[in-house]
Amino acid sequence: MTRSRVNLFLQKTFVYTILITMALLIIFIFYTLLVNASRTHVDIQKGFSAFFGNYFGKNLENLLANNNINVLNAMKNSFIIATATAFLSTYVSALTAYSIHLYRFKGRNFLFMFILAVMMIPSQIASVGLITILYSIGFVVNYFVLIVPAMAAPATFFFLKQYLDTILNFELVEAARVDGAGEIRIFHTIVMPLIKPALAIQFIFSFVASWNNFFFPSLIIQSPNKRTIPIVISLLKNSSPDSFDLGPVYMLMVLSIFPMIIVFIIFSKQIIKGITLGSVKG
Amino acid sequence: MKKLFVLLIALTLGLSLAACAENTEAGELKEEGKVLNIRVWNDEFIGRFRTFYPGYLETKANGQDLLDDGTVVNWIEVANDNNGYQNALDTALLNQDSAAADDKIDMFLIEADYAKKYANDTYAMDVIGELGIPEHTLSQQYQYTKDIVTDDSGILRAVSWQATPGLFAYRTDIAEEVLGVSDPEDVQALLDSWEKFDAVAEDMKAEDYVMISGFDDAYRAYSNNTSAPWVNEDGEIIVDNQIIEWIKQTKTYTDNGYNNQTGLWSDGWFKDMGPEGNAFGFFFSTWGINFTLKDASKADAEGPEEVGNGLYGKYHVIEGPASFYWGGTWLVAAKGTDNPTLVRDIMMKMTANEKIATDITLQTEDYTNHMAAMDAIANDEEYGSKFLGGQNHIALFNESASTIDMKNISPYDQGLNESIQQSFKDYFLGTITWNQAWAAFEEKISTLYPELELKTIPADPFA
Amino acid sequence: MKNKRKTRINYAKWGYRFVIPFVVVYVVFSLIPLLSTFFYSFFEYYFKFGGLEKVGPNFNFLDNYILLFTEGKFFKYFGNTMLIWIMGFIPQVIVSLLLALWFSSTRLNIKAQGFFKTIVYMPNLVMAAAFSLLFLKLFSNNGPVTNFLFESNIIGESFSFVDQNWSTRGLLSFMNYLMWFGNTTILLMAGIMGIDKGILESAQVDGANTIQTFFRIVLPLLRPILLFVLVTSLVGGVQLFDLPQIFTAGSGGPEMGSMTVIMYISRLLGVSKQYGLAGAASTLLFIMTAIVSLGFFFIFYRKEVIPRKSIREGEDK
Repeated sequence: MTRSRVNLFLQKTFVYTILITMALLIIFIFYTLLVNASRTHVDIQKGFSAFFGNYFGKNLENLLANNNINVLNAMKNSFIIATATAFLSTYVSALTAYSIHLYRFKGRNFLFMFILAVMMIPSQIASVGLITILYSIGFVVNYFVLIVPAMAAPATFFFLKQYLDTILNFELVEAARVDGAGEIRIFHTIVMPLIKPALAIQFIFSFVASWNNFFFPSLIIQSPNKRTIPIVISLLKNSSPDSFDLGPVYMLMVLSIFPMIIVFIIFSKQIIKGITLGSVKG
Repeated sequence: MKKLFVLLIALTLGLSLAACAENTEAGELKEEGKVLNIRVWNDEFIGRFRTFYPGYLETKANGQDLLDDGTVVNWIEVANDNNGYQNALDTALLNQDSAAADDKIDMFLIEADYAKKYANDTYAMDVIGELGIPEHTLSQQYQYTKDIVTDDSGILRAVSWQATPGLFAYRTDIAEEVLGVSDPEDVQALLDSWEKFDAVAEDMKAEDYVMISGFDDAYRAYSNNTSAPWVNEDGEIIVDNQIIEWIKQTKTYTDNGYNNQTGLWSDGWFKDMGPEGNAFGFFFSTWGINFTLKDASKADAEGPEEVGNGLYGKYHVIEGPASFYWGGTWLVAAKGTDNPTLVRDIMMKMTANEKIATDITLQTEDYTNHMAAMDAIANDEEYGSKFLGGQNHIALFNESASTIDMKNISPYDQGLNESIQQSFKDYFLGTITWNQAWAAFEEKISTLYPELELKTIPADPFA
Repeated sequence: MKNKRKTRINYAKWGYRFVIPFVVVYVVFSLIPLLSTFFYSFFEYYFKFGGLEKVGPNFNFLDNYILLFTEGKFFKYFGNTMLIWIMGFIPQVIVSLLLALWFSSTRLNIKAQGFFKTIVYMPNLVMAAAFSLLFLKLFSNNGPVTNFLFESNIIGESFSFVDQNWSTRGLLSFMNYLMWFGNTTILLMAGIMGIDKGILESAQVDGANTIQTFFRIVLPLLRPILLFVLVTSLVGGVQLFDLPQIFTAGSGGPEMGSMTVIMYISRLLGVSKQYGLAGAASTLLFIMTAIVSLGFFFIFYRKEVIPRKSIREGEDK
């Protein structure tokens, strides 16, 4: 008994040491971001510093005052697009995953393999063709064009499908059917709550991916009031020599992380809640 | 099931409505007057325009500019990472005919490296014939800024507000210590050929200084003096002797420690410009002094701009061992523009107006494309740049600008210049051989330009 | 009444209905563009003189593919890409698995889990381009990490992280690892928490030790999630672009050893807009990724490509 206690203590020490080391390493990276956000352009350009500069407020001010880029508007755009994309892609993928998991219909296997194959096609490649097509049909650049194509998210589908494989028993659905619940109600009231942790995870991942997505939006967004955060960062980074200032670039990198941390904290709580809920039911 | 569809349809509708709402917003602008769409890859011209264009009234919160005739200038800024600017421009130009009047591109900016691609009958209006800018108003512009954007049938397709002669900026404190002289004339006399330049590099090394900071510093001074374009008429790449000379010099400098092995725009390169650096000088162009060198030279970035703050006042500029040019931006009037009169006015005011050209130079110390205006400042004995210790750098540029010749540019310059610098970095560092470096060059260019060929690898000058 | 209706429900129809939104969006916004990419891979189609003059499209059947095979660049860059991916993925999956086990272990009962989980996931929040830029600053020739390692005599004076092939690749792998291990940890945790606690407890009652439970019970049950991690990470790895693009300033690094396939394709599509060759390269990349992924499927599920155990009869029972 004492021996295993000593063992446990050693194990714990080991685990905590690794966790803390890892945490320090990651904190260090974010620390360097913050430090750079507090320094002047010239100082940043000349190299690295371990200490904060006193330019944090000024960088923030310069960033917000720059009406060529309108950061707050870009934040708003990014937020709307990322939220809608995360919500829709998770929901649509869950529907699809559930369908392929549960129902037996002709072409089901084909569809599953097909979506997996889709996942392996680099997204950058489809983008180029998509833009040519969008232009040829004379599209209008709006949120819609950025959100809808992202709705069919093969990786999200794949994860939810794999998760359903490990967690959903057919008996549960059958029991609900016997109780007279319709298929849509079963999906919304039984399946969705059951896979809440997986949905929360995919919501976070989709949100982050959309928030940080540069490639596709950069090819179609040109109007100043539609720009998203990554586009604004790339513009700032490519400023002309007479107005080039790295301080606001780092400042914006720091600012752009906060919304994602908040989304993560909110939804990672859902992950834990979902799991406890599930176990109560089980 | 129905509910689901209703939900989806509602969402779709909601989103399209949001889109419609934005469309009407754009519609309101139409009522206000015309919209001028200008495409740029950074904010340099935007700043110039706002400070110096007489018709400019104010910038609205959404980044659009209001002009005195009620026109709104819509700046479409797309960064040039990964060819992004040209890609976006190409797509928009392809759809120029079908675009609504207020969505058409009215004006766009181009650089020397790909000027030929756009300064032609397909995309650009004839500046004199179609836009109606009288030829005599452009007579004060440097001829080379016109030659480069004149198409095969001799029609001028674009105009520029700047001329960009190259220079060598050196530190007077190091010159005094190592060479015993520091005046521009004396230093120029010691550096007016590459042989002399190399000899001074050796002297610098002896005193623990480096002649230049990195591999690519001197590149433009060589590559802009080639005897023929990069590519001949058969699509064959011809490696000019000047390029070989650059490789030879850089390899020697690297092996002997005459440079700090930095790359352009890297941390180490900027550091070398400041008080902690030990580099004697930098090859630059007009725009490099006030926008790059001045900031980097300070000890206290936010300190006053005066002698005592780092190297402020300690840099001087000379022509150096070879005259060259570096950079340049042109304004193009897009075919199909619905605002030709305004475009014409902007072109005339921003590039061919003596008063505005003078103002730009006096305020920004940049060199503008107006010979008479530049002559006046060059001959003004009171004029001098405080950062350059009171030196009248405009006088220096005035001499070298008239010698610029861009007849050897080719549409492949950007990719080939970049590829050769990248490929030879490993060679300078000694990790690959001469032949391997050329193989790497071939590997890069065959990806960029399928129609080009490097038939013969130049002989190794060290073999 | 209800029972009567139920028997008439056509479940297959529901299956179709549920996949409609996904399929429609996919076909319109991805499949059609992809087919055009595939289509042009059989054509000579590019712009010469730096993008000035259109050449083609002229049908040339397999010429683009033959060029890719004979030139060898594609396979070199594919090798680079896989190498950078694998060097990051192996530590990624090991560390993530360990972390997931630790976090979900009731015996260890780790405190401040919320904090650690958030921290571990945070690198994933930073844009790859920003992450790369930061690392470039830290590891450049006069960067703080390089200076520190030199001063502590770990590396020699002439050592340079950014000028050598293997150190550049290593750093790229490390960045990829750092950016993605938190993501994987969360996925694996979700998988582990989905495992019925009863099974684990009964195993322990039966006298199985931690290691035995892990290999005999946890790992097999994690199979679907592990497969997901493996395949999506591979797909992400194959698409590696931002990190090497920024870190090497587009050059592909020393000896072009960090040039990835997507960097190559994006250069093909750059100035000369080589739709033909880029289409062929994309198709080839897809085929190679699919082959490797299929390999993973077979390893994980032996002969069964799709697990059938949980499907049951959704219809005719």
